[in-house]
Amino acid sequence: MSKKIIYRGARVVDPSRNIDKVMDIGVEDGVFADPSSWKGAEIVDLSGYVLAPGFIDMHVHLRQPGKTDAETIHTGTRAAASGGFTAIVSMPNTSPCADNPGTIHYIRTYAESDGVVKVLPCGAMTKNLEGQEMSGIGGLKAAGVVALSDDGRCIQNHELMRHVIEYSRTFSLPILDHCEDTILASGGVMNEGYWSVFLGMKGISSASEELMVVRDIILSRMADWKVHIQHISCRNAIESVRRARSEGIRISAEATPHHIALTDEEIKRFDSNYKMNPPLRSEEDRKAILEGLRDGTITVIATDHAPHTETDKMVEFDYAPFGIIGLETAVNICFTELYHTGILTLPGLISKFTKGPADVLGLPLGSLETGHAADITVLEPDGKGVVDSSKFYSKSRNTPFNGYEYTGRAVATIVNGKCVFSRISKLSA
Amino acid sequence: MDSTPQEDCPRLMEAPEIAGLVRKIAAEVCEENRDAVEESLVLIGIQRGGVLLAERLVREIQKQTNRLLPFGTLDITMYRDDIGLRKTLPMIFETRIPFDINEKTIILVDDILQTGRSIRAALDAITDYGRPAIVRLAALLDRGHLEFPIRGDYVGKVIDLEPSRRLQISWHEITGEEDYVYSIPNPNIRVSPHE
Amino acid sequence: MNDYPWNRKDLLCLYDLSPDEIEFILDTAEEFKKVSQRKIKKVPALRGKTVVNMFIEPSTRTRISFELAEQRLSADIINMSAEASSLKKGETLLDTVRNIEALQADLIVLRHSATGAPNFLAPRVRCGIINAGDGSHGHPTQALLDIFTIREKFGRIKGLNVSIVGDILHSRVARSDMWGLLKLGANVTFAGPSTLVPREFTRAGVRVCDNLKDALVGADVVNLLRIQHERQRSGFFPSTGEYAKVFGLNRESFKYIKPDALIMHPGPINRDVELSSELADGPQSVILEQVTNGLAVRMAVLFLVAGCLK
Repeated sequence: MSKKIIYRGARVVDPSRNIDKVMDIGVEDGVFADPSSWKGAEIVDLSGYVLAPGFIDMHVHLRQPGKTDAETIHTGTRAAASGGFTAIVSMPNTSPCADNPGTIHYIRTYAESDGVVKVLPCGAMTKNLEGQEMSGIGGLKAAGVVALSDDGRCIQNHELMRHVIEYSRTFSLPILDHCEDTILASGGVMNEGYWSVFLGMKGISSASEELMVVRDIILSRMADWKVHIQHISCRNAIESVRRARSEGIRISAEATPHHIALTDEEIKRFDSNYKMNPPLRSEEDRKAILEGLRDGTITVIATDHAPHTETDKMVEFDYAPFGIIGLETAVNICFTELYHTGILTLPGLISKFTKGPADVLGLPLGSLETGHAADITVLEPDGKGVVDSSKFYSKSRNTPFNGYEYTGRAVATIVNGKCVFSRISKLSA
Repeated sequence: MDSTPQEDCPRLMEAPEIAGLVRKIAAEVCEENRDAVEESLVLIGIQRGGVLLAERLVREIQKQTNRLLPFGTLDITMYRDDIGLRKTLPMIFETRIPFDINEKTIILVDDILQTGRSIRAALDAITDYGRPAIVRLAALLDRGHLEFPIRGDYVGKVIDLEPSRRLQISWHEITGEEDYVYSIPNPNIRVSPHE
Repeated sequence: MNDYPWNRKDLLCLYDLSPDEIEFILDTAEEFKKVSQRKIKKVPALRGKTVVNMFIEPSTRTRISFELAEQRLSADIINMSAEASSLKKGETLLDTVRNIEALQADLIVLRHSATGAPNFLAPRVRCGIINAGDGSHGHPTQALLDIFTIREKFGRIKGLNVSIVGDILHSRVARSDMWGLLKLGANVTFAGPSTLVPREFTRAGVRVCDNLKDALVGADVVNLLRIQHERQRSGFFPSTGEYAKVFGLNRESFKYIKPDALIMHPGPINRDVELSSELADGPQSVILEQVTNGLAVRMAVLFLVAGCLK
C-alpha cells in the first residue's frame, strides 16, 4: 500500500515553475505526485504557512572526517534540518581531504546512517587542496561527488585552474571557487579599508577577490563550463560577474547571510565571532551584494557554515581561525534582511535557496515538480523570534548572531517525504 | 558638592562663629610657640579644606604677631588607606612644600577631624619629606568619633555627631557664599570591628 | 568637589576616553611627577597590590618605565615575558591570565603583538588590564605622555599643530596620539611615504601629507616615528638612506620648523635616519623629558585603574 499525503492550505511557492498560489501538494512514497484524484490520503493542514521546495545549502563544512570536536555529520545534518535545509553540499577540506573515492565513500556511508538530510559531497579539485596536482576527478565523479572545490584554498596557478575546469566539463561537475589571491591576502585578518586602518589590523584587500573572480570568468568563458563564485563579498567582483553573465558566460555567484547582514565595522569589538574569510566588508560592498541579489547577478545564498570549537575561537583576534556557523540562522537572517525590507519578493528569496543552487549543481532538486524527491521546507515568513545559540543542534557556537531579533523562520523540514524536523504541532519528526 | 538633598544637610555653624574659632586657634598657636625661633615654625595645610583654613590662620597670625609664617600644602591622596574601596576617586590637588622640614616645628592643619585617618596619612607623607622636630595638629572642628589614636592640639570646637553623619564645611573660596558648617549622612559608614 | 567619577577598571585605548578623562589623567600625572623629584621617591598608594607585567611582545623601555612606576607606588611586581611563559607550551592567553588572576593579581600590564588582545581579555577577567601596546592598534600610555609633554610646554593642546612623521600604517603610537590629540582639539597631520600613510585617516579629521615640508611648516610639535628595517625589506620603501633624505628631520628639513616647535620621538631613535643626531640632542628636543613624563603618566594610570571599584 502506498503512503499518500496531501499538504493542503499552504501558499505554495515554487520558483522553478513560477508557481505562487494556495494549492495542494501531493507526496506518494517520498516523491511528489499529482493528488487531484486521490482518496483516503492523509491530509496535513498547513494553512497560514508557506510551502517551498526543500532548501539547499551549497556551502557547508561538516568537519567529519577529521575535526569532529567541532561538528559531525550527525550534528551538522540536524543543524541543517533545524535551519530548514533538506540538502547540503559538504566541502572537501576534511582530514583526510575529500580528494579520493575512499573519503567520499566514508562521507556517504555516514550520511546514510547518521545524517537526517541529504549530504551531497563536493570533491577536491587538487590533491590535498595543495593547488599543485589535479585530483582523480573521474574517480570522484564515480564515487558520487556533485561538484569540485578547493574551498579554503584557491588554485593560484592559472594554467592548472584552466585544466581543472576543462577536464571537469567532461564529467559535468561544476567548479565552486573560493576566490583569493593568497599573496595579496596573506596575513590579513579583516577587510582592508577604513576600519582596518583605524584598528591597526592587517587587511585583506578586495583586490585579492576581484583578481581571482576575473580569472575565473575568463577561464569559464574559454572552457565554456560552469564556474560558481563562492561567498562573493565585494562590489567590483559582483560587477564583473554581472557583466560576464550579460555576455552569456556560465558564471554564477553565491552570497552568505553574514555578508548580507554585517559589515567590517563590527570588528571594532575584537570578537572573533566576526572573523571569517572572505571577511566582512564595507557598507558599499554590502549594498552591492543586496543589489546583486535583487537583480539576479547573485542566484544563490549559501551559509559557508564553518564550525570551530570555543577553545579554538576564544583567543586573540589575530590568532583565531576564520569561520562562523550559519545553518541555523540563515533563514532567519535572510527573511529579516531581504524579504521584510522589500529587497526580494518571497519567490525571489526562496529561489536563492532552491532553483538557484539546483541550477548550478544541475541536479533534480529545488523543485516541487511531480516525480522529484519530496523535499519540502515549510516557512513562516512572519514568525518572530530571537536567536538563542545555546539551543543550536550544531556542536559549535561560533556565531555573531546570538540575540539577533528576526522575523521569518523555517518551521518544518521534510526529506524524501519524511519529516525530519518540525516546530509545529501539525507535523512531527 | 555632594548630591544629598538640602533637607538632610542641617546647618550647624555660621560665618561669624567660624571666624571666631579661627582667631581662637591662631591665638593658641601663637601663645604656645611664642618663643619659636624665626623660620622654625611652619604651617602645612592638608588639601583641600586644611589648606583654606591654613591660609586664614597665616593671615590671622600675621595680624596678631606681625609674623608671616612659611606655609606649604600637602595632598594625601597617595597615602590613603582606602584606595579601591571608594565609589569615586579623589582628585589629587597640589603638594608644595617650599622649605626644608628637617628640624622644624610643623603645625599640620586640617579643616575637620572626622576619623583621624587623614592625619595618619599626612604624617606618613610628611616623614617622606624629612624629619621634623615637632608636629602639632590644628583643626577647626572635631567630630568626636576618632577611629585612630590621634588628638588635635589646637581645636576650634568639638561637635559631637552620631557616627552615621559627617561634618562638612562650605568655604567661601570655593562657593562664593559666606562660610558655614553643616552635616551630611556618612557615605562611608563602617560596621564597627567589634560587632 | 573633590571626587572624580573614574570608573574604568582597564585602560585599553584612548579612543574610549572622553576629553575630560584624559585631562584628569594628565592632572593626576602632574602630582605624581613631583614624587620622582623628592628625596624619597615613593608613595604607598599601591601598597599590597600585585601588578603583573606581561610583555608577550618584548620591550625594554616601556617595561622599565612601568616597573619603576609600580615600584614608586609600592606595589608588588611580577614580570612575565613570552619566552619564559607557558604560552610557549601552548597555553592560551586567556588561560594564562586566569591562572594569574587565581594568584590574586590586581592589575595586568599587557604588551602583545596581536591587535585587540587587551580588549579580548578585559571583559573576561576580573583584574584591571593596562594596555602597554597591542599590535598596531594602540599605546595609550605613550600617547598620554606625549600629550603631557606638549601640554607642559604650551599650557594647552587645543589649536596646536602636531605633525607625526613616519610609518603611520604600522604605528600604534600614531593611532593613540591621533585619538588623544583630536579629542583635546589639536590639528593633527600625518606624513611619510605614501605606502605607509593610508589616506583613510582623513576620515577622522587628520591631514595627510606625502612630503615632509608640508608637514613641518607651521607645526608646533613634530613627532618622529621609528622606521623599522623589516618595512624596507617588505618593499614599502626602497632604502633607509632614501627615507632619511626624503623624510628625515635633519639640518636640511629643520629650516622649515618654527623656532619654538618641539621635537619628539617615542624611542629608540635610529640616529640619522628619521632624526639627525644633532637635533635629537638639540635644544628643541624633548625626548628625554618624554621619558621622565612617561614615568609620571604611568604612575597616574596605575593609581587610577587600581583605585577603580571592582
